[in-house]
Amino acid sequence: MTDFLTDWGLILVTFLPLAGALVMMAVPRELTESHKVIALVASGASLVMGILLIANFDYDDAGALQFLVDKEWIPLINSGFILGVDGISLPLMALTLLVVPLVIIYSWNHIPSPGNPKAFLALILILETGMIGTFAAQDLILFFVFFEIVLLPMYFMIGVWGGPERKYASIKFFVYTMFGSALMLVSFLALYFLSREQTFDMRILTELGGLDIARTTQILVFGGMFMGFGIKVPMFPFHTWLPAAHVEAPTAGSVILASVLLKMGTYGLVRFCLPITPDATMLLAVPILWLSIAGIIYGGFTALAQQDMKKLIAYSSVGHMGFVTLGIFVLNTRGLEGAMLQMINHGVTTGALFLCVGMIYERTHSRELALATGVGRYMPWYVTFLTFFSISSFAFPGTNSFIGEFLVLAGAFEFDRVVALAAIPGAVLAAAYMLRMLQKIVWGGTANPDQSHLTDLSKREIVVLAPFLLFVFWIGLGPQPFVDLMHVSVTNLLDQLHTWQEGHRVALALWR
Amino acid sequence: MVILPELVLLAGALAFFVISLGKAPEDKLVRSTALLVGFATFAAAVLAFNSQGTLFHGAYAIDRFSQLFKLLIGFALALMLVFSRNHKDIESRVRPEYFLFQMLSVLGLMMLVSAVELILMFVALELSSFALYLLVPMRDDRSGVRMQMEAGMKYILFGVMATGFMLYGMSYLFGLTGTTSLAGITAFLSAGTPQPAAVVAVVMILGGLFFKLAAFPLHFWVPDIYQGASNETTAFISTIPKIGAVALLIRFLALPSGHPQFLVHLLAGVALCSMFYGNLSALVQKDIKRMLGFSGIAHARFIILGLLALNGEGFGLAIYYIAGYVLMNLACFLVISTVSQRGENLRIEDFNGLYRRQPLLAFILAVGLFGLAGIPPFVGFMGKFMIITSDLRADHLLLVCLSAINTAIAIFYYLNVVKAAYTADPENRPAVTASPSIQATGVVLVAAIVLLGALPSRLVEYAWAVVQSML
Repeated sequence: MTDFLTDWGLILVTFLPLAGALVMMAVPRELTESHKVIALVASGASLVMGILLIANFDYDDAGALQFLVDKEWIPLINSGFILGVDGISLPLMALTLLVVPLVIIYSWNHIPSPGNPKAFLALILILETGMIGTFAAQDLILFFVFFEIVLLPMYFMIGVWGGPERKYASIKFFVYTMFGSALMLVSFLALYFLSREQTFDMRILTELGGLDIARTTQILVFGGMFMGFGIKVPMFPFHTWLPAAHVEAPTAGSVILASVLLKMGTYGLVRFCLPITPDATMLLAVPILWLSIAGIIYGGFTALAQQDMKKLIAYSSVGHMGFVTLGIFVLNTRGLEGAMLQMINHGVTTGALFLCVGMIYERTHSRELALATGVGRYMPWYVTFLTFFSISSFAFPGTNSFIGEFLVLAGAFEFDRVVALAAIPGAVLAAAYMLRMLQKIVWGGTANPDQSHLTDLSKREIVVLAPFLLFVFWIGLGPQPFVDLMHVSVTNLLDQLHTWQEGHRVALALWR
Repeated sequence: MVILPELVLLAGALAFFVISLGKAPEDKLVRSTALLVGFATFAAAVLAFNSQGTLFHGAYAIDRFSQLFKLLIGFALALMLVFSRNHKDIESRVRPEYFLFQMLSVLGLMMLVSAVELILMFVALELSSFALYLLVPMRDDRSGVRMQMEAGMKYILFGVMATGFMLYGMSYLFGLTGTTSLAGITAFLSAGTPQPAAVVAVVMILGGLFFKLAAFPLHFWVPDIYQGASNETTAFISTIPKIGAVALLIRFLALPSGHPQFLVHLLAGVALCSMFYGNLSALVQKDIKRMLGFSGIAHARFIILGLLALNGEGFGLAIYYIAGYVLMNLACFLVISTVSQRGENLRIEDFNGLYRRQPLLAFILAVGLFGLAGIPPFVGFMGKFMIITSDLRADHLLLVCLSAINTAIAIFYYLNVVKAAYTADPENRPAVTASPSIQATGVVLVAAIVLLGALPSRLVEYAWAVVQSML
């Protein structure tokens, strides 16, 4: 069993959705029910494979790459087809595998205009392959290919099925992210030529000491990768594509964008920037921390001013991802673990929040907060779910985000008191805008529109939201297993970083 | 049968000649014959893939190099004929002649990739070129401006001038070495001291070949001919002759002309000018064929970037790139010929809402254009990336950076068309019908673009081995 899983597990998990998409292409467009079933089966099969992988994952050895697949791909440029998971990528992969089937179930009767479930669901499946591939890839070119594969389906989802400003939003998303990836590719090429054996193999490149890059070169390489990942995160001030893309995307697109695509950026920061360019990371950590705080505060204030629910949650994403990058660049165990946990938490919570907004949109046909006030009387189940997700969003104790944000702030305090104190208002702002939205939606005021025609959640919608709620409380009340999973990889990473720092202390002293 | 593909093409051309002699033939007969000849050529190229031999006193070499190119030409021809048989704007009276000349042109190209002797090369080149010159004006004159006549005149005059350069260069080579066979020229040049005249000869020959490849500075014909000729003719001109040009470029660049640095600098300059000229001009185009023409000029730079490594690896990558480029261009032209109602030229706004009208065609167009833009996982990205990596290995940093900037510029105009097809409203544009065979060809092209992009090693390594064996 384990042999089969090692040889084929990751390949199946990554490519089963693509196989589903190919099957769907062969089926005529009119058989919409068949398409939905094929899509659900493909992503469900991937989920099952993923659960098998998680069950057979060696948690004691979480620092090492497991289920390794290493095949020849393009020998001419020394690029191999290498897949593997460790404690850092496994939770993110699990998040993707969970979110996509739920999104497909939600979209069962909610394909936005102009319809065509075949194309819509096929695009979601291709997206899933790209996302899982990004987290599993252990070769720079393979990573880049999967990273870019994600762009096209999302462009089409926003451009064809999106809201009124979709032309602008889809192009902005595509060109902005492409620009970042182009710079990232240049960095990857630089790494190829700087490595001793001229390889794209990430395992060789990320062993510290495998590369002996001079400081200036490191800063340039880091800069390229940071642009690519930072735009995707999105870090302030490169975040302007996010509100447009999130607001105009259809609900399924917004959920996938928020839950998974943003994490690809932060995953890249942890996977590449920290181990490969430690000098540059440590040199630039403080400015990046202040950028993160700017993102937290800016995202918070802008969200506070929003009248459009989707935009509110989009800006809240900017704020939350600010916390994640804050946790990454304080470069200590608590911060990094908190950041990684926050990645999962944000995926769960914000994904669920976008689903909730989508559900209200289906009923009121508007994203305006003013038109959705006072639904609590008529949709009790809905507001229950909404409440839990909202309080999770501002890190209420007992919910998942509390653990993550607490660890991030603890790490920040360990690093520097001023930085941590600057981040605290962000947490307060989060509470402000979420509670404001919650209060308006659930109770409203005296001038509520007549919401009596609204129906509460259907069984399908409850089925979709329930797993998110489960994870909100599971991670919130029993976070230890999740933290343990990441602990080994995180400590390995930071040990490498600190050993490198020790070894180069003399050199660093000369520079400073 | 070592020259099976050539014989099949000759037989096809003669068949069309016979058909054209009679009274106005049935459309169906002409179309079916064309398709039959196309697929027979491809089958013949596959059968003859492993042939080896020399003919005509060593002037005509059939080896792995030539047969690979013939296979590429045959494949492209077969696919192209599926969608371009319908010739909406060529009078049915002249269609047999059209196919006659098209087959003769492809015959000339196949002879060109096998020729290893200067006179035979010239004859083959002229055969393919003159037949092609005649195809351009063969278009119904609906708009009354006789655009296709103007295009035909420009093509002939420009082409003859380019061939003149080439012949002059060839005469230098003969004068220097006393022989017209490439093997003899190679032996002579590598034996004695490096002669500057040899470089001049090679440069002039390259000039003639850049005309066929649509590279700066012999690119001026491209936009007008692409716009003036019928959609299907442009599909042919923009793809298959370039394959022949690449083969010949490799043969001539492999000559030991004695000053490789000069050639590298020259090629670098040509590549730089092509990319900037092509990409910047394409940004403002409204006619899709003109835009694809300028994009072809810009893509010629990648072929040249592959060639300027002047080693087997670079040449192999150039072969991979042209194969990918031909597939992607054919995909775009398939959609253009199908969307065009009566064979008229299409502007970018004519694609508005193509997704609503014919989703499969919109998808094929998107794959072709995104492939040309260089987005993974299509073959365009893989080709660009491997050429960039091999050029970086040879330390051409500035060239690579400028090329990357140009790729970014190019994404804009490709995305424009995809945006029109997918996100714009169709308004009152006519419905588009696509027959099952066209849909199937489109799917085959898309599959080939994705497969070649995801699994490039086979073709690249085979091409590399083939070139090494030729060098």
